[in-house]
Amino acid sequence: MNLNLWLIPVLPLVGAAINGLFGRRFSNKLVSAIALASTGLSFAYTLFVTARFFSLPADRIPHIEHYATWIRTGAFEVPFAAQLDQLSLVMLLVVTGVGFLIHVYSVGYMAHEGGYYRFFSYLNLFMFFMLVLVLANNYLLMFVGWEGVGLASYLLIGFYFTKDSAASAGKKAFITNRVGDFGFLIALFLLVKHFGTLEYGRVFEQVSGMPVEASAGLLTAIAILMMVGAAGKSAQIPLYVWLPDAMEGPTPVSALIHAATMVTAGVYMVARSNPIFFRSPEALALVAIIGAITAIFAASIGFTQNDIKRVLAYSTISQLGYMFLACGVAAFSAGIFHLMTHAFFKALLFLSAGSVIHALGGEQDMRNMGGLRTKIPRTFWVMTAGVLAIAGTPGLSGFFSKDQILWKAWASPHGGKLLWLIAVFTAFMTSFYMFRLWFMTFFNEHRGAKSDKREEPVHGGPADHRAAHANPHGHGHGSHGIHESPWVMIAPLVILAVLSVVGGYVGVPHALGGHNQFDQFLAPVFKFSAEAMPAGEHPASPAEGAAQHAAAAHEDEILMERLFTGISIGVAALGFLLAWLLYVKRRDLPGRITEALGGLYTAVRNKYYVDELYNAAIIQPIIQGSSRWLWRGIDTNVIDRTIDNGAGGAQGISDAVRRMQSGNIRSYAGWVALGAACIVAYMIWMGVK
Amino acid sequence: MVPLPYYLILSAILFACGVAGFLFKRNIITIFMCIELMLNAVNLAFIAFSTHWGQLSGHVFVFFVMVVAAAEAAVGLAIIIAVFRTRETLNVDRVNLLKL
Repeated sequence: MNLNLWLIPVLPLVGAAINGLFGRRFSNKLVSAIALASTGLSFAYTLFVTARFFSLPADRIPHIEHYATWIRTGAFEVPFAAQLDQLSLVMLLVVTGVGFLIHVYSVGYMAHEGGYYRFFSYLNLFMFFMLVLVLANNYLLMFVGWEGVGLASYLLIGFYFTKDSAASAGKKAFITNRVGDFGFLIALFLLVKHFGTLEYGRVFEQVSGMPVEASAGLLTAIAILMMVGAAGKSAQIPLYVWLPDAMEGPTPVSALIHAATMVTAGVYMVARSNPIFFRSPEALALVAIIGAITAIFAASIGFTQNDIKRVLAYSTISQLGYMFLACGVAAFSAGIFHLMTHAFFKALLFLSAGSVIHALGGEQDMRNMGGLRTKIPRTFWVMTAGVLAIAGTPGLSGFFSKDQILWKAWASPHGGKLLWLIAVFTAFMTSFYMFRLWFMTFFNEHRGAKSDKREEPVHGGPADHRAAHANPHGHGHGSHGIHESPWVMIAPLVILAVLSVVGGYVGVPHALGGHNQFDQFLAPVFKFSAEAMPAGEHPASPAEGAAQHAAAAHEDEILMERLFTGISIGVAALGFLLAWLLYVKRRDLPGRITEALGGLYTAVRNKYYVDELYNAAIIQPIIQGSSRWLWRGIDTNVIDRTIDNGAGGAQGISDAVRRMQSGNIRSYAGWVALGAACIVAYMIWMGVK
Repeated sequence: MVPLPYYLILSAILFACGVAGFLFKRNIITIFMCIELMLNAVNLAFIAFSTHWGQLSGHVFVFFVMVVAAAEAAVGLAIIIAVFRTRETLNVDRVNLLKL
């Protein structure tokens, strides 16, 4: 059966090419029509492929389509081939679905921005690379997509490239990602060296066939290097610093690339490479620890940020930490489940935040918001759905996925009490900072002084234009006071809100009366890692135990899991109450608390000075080293001097030699005669000898 | 029969005359004739060797040299005429425009 999978990534590429090459001459309507058509068709075709996928016989999965050979040297071969299995199908649906919705939203959001065609061209280009990443059947093709989304991310973060902070944020993202990619690349070299192939199927077959004692070190090295790459792309400690700055890009970009899809590529890669990770308990532990620490670390920074997009950015880092924690305790399907629900609610939150920013004409500081509940009710309601989902309100998508991760962090043989404790505390923090954002934005009185001025319509083209340019999130028409966003922006939000609410029901765990279809659906992809842990739901069931014993243990498990679910609901409620207390009831308290905390608060406020630390420990030494040693030392003293002296020497010799060129024919004749005499003398001398 | 060294000595004397004239004369036609003198000195040496060793290759060389000399004379005289037309002189020391 031929599914023509290549169409899925190529359609957005065509859109990107048309808009990128000719978009300058098109009207905005035509540009958006092309961009929406290409992504919409890609999404529609993905739905079609999904329908066909379910009719595939189980032994034909993964479905691989081979299009061409890319590299062939000796036995090593890299094809252009697409692979469709359960994992890539989930990713495809998330990427094309959420991507399409965000394209629709962008039509409204970017309507008044310059470079409209450029924006959509980049956005489509991003879709292309992301789909290549997801569909590839080998690591090298995945790496192409991996680098491509990095490029698209760079272009879109620096979309307002005339603004210095945006340009440097783009560079920061790109360079930080290079560090991670270096690790990933070395992992690929090791794969080629030891397995002679980069195709998933063949690598995993060889990995699972390797004897444990021969493979441990090698697989641990590969897995850790892959994790370095994933930490770069998915903004984990220590390479997370680029993501908050990436908020310089337009808000739809933050939603699509820096929340829903690209940053989850690392999670996808780890889940995809699960046979390798599973064989290395050390690497798994590292992944879990990095995930857990990142989750709690980023969440704590989220407490203190006042820029609405930055709160969401730290929240994204924290949630990505959850996904890695899930992968690290070998609960890959829980990680992917959270990836999916997170894509829904975080895209929703970012787009709603964009709608708020849009309504306030570019204001991003939550201290200047407040009381927006009645002014932009539609945005309020959809954002509420997102906040409730991420905070873990029972019944919403984030609840199921997060709960599963928390349970696995405790119950998995790779998990531990400490990991669980961190994860639960992070759940509490998540709930707190999200409700803090919610209360600060939508409740109490409106604190924005700016928008009062805006009540009077300001006319005058050039000044307005300049204002819109000075503030990248500003909108030319933001001068009519606070206004609800147009339907083209609200409609995607409503769809995402519905998905955020119901998206979790594909994975209701057994303990809560569900069947966890999501886990079962993905099980074939994780079969290599499931062998040692049959029926992932009850890992502790004793191998020798009688059926009755096992059943009793199973009962206990379910009771435990319900208890844990209760705990996570409890911490979410606690977070809500605390946020309500601090930001609605006793609004003098936050100020007093921060005063009492003093230095600690300042440290968190300044993101633990990590940027400053990196600057002092890495960036400054590189700059100093390159300017002192490489520039002044090697470049000026060695290279320049070599060239200068060489040129000087040539000039000196030429000066001496050019005196022969006197223009006097008889002197030329003399030189000829002298030369001939020399040759004769030489010949005679040789003859005598 | 005249022995070989005589020929060679004569050839060397002629050649030296040619070189001396080539280096010290100023008239371009004289220089030209000196070149011919050198060529013919070499021709003499070729013929002498050829006879001495009883081989014909020396003769063949001489013919080559003659052909080259004739061609050279044609080109060289044409250049001399062209030089005289533009510079109105045959003194090589005045033909010195091509220099730094």
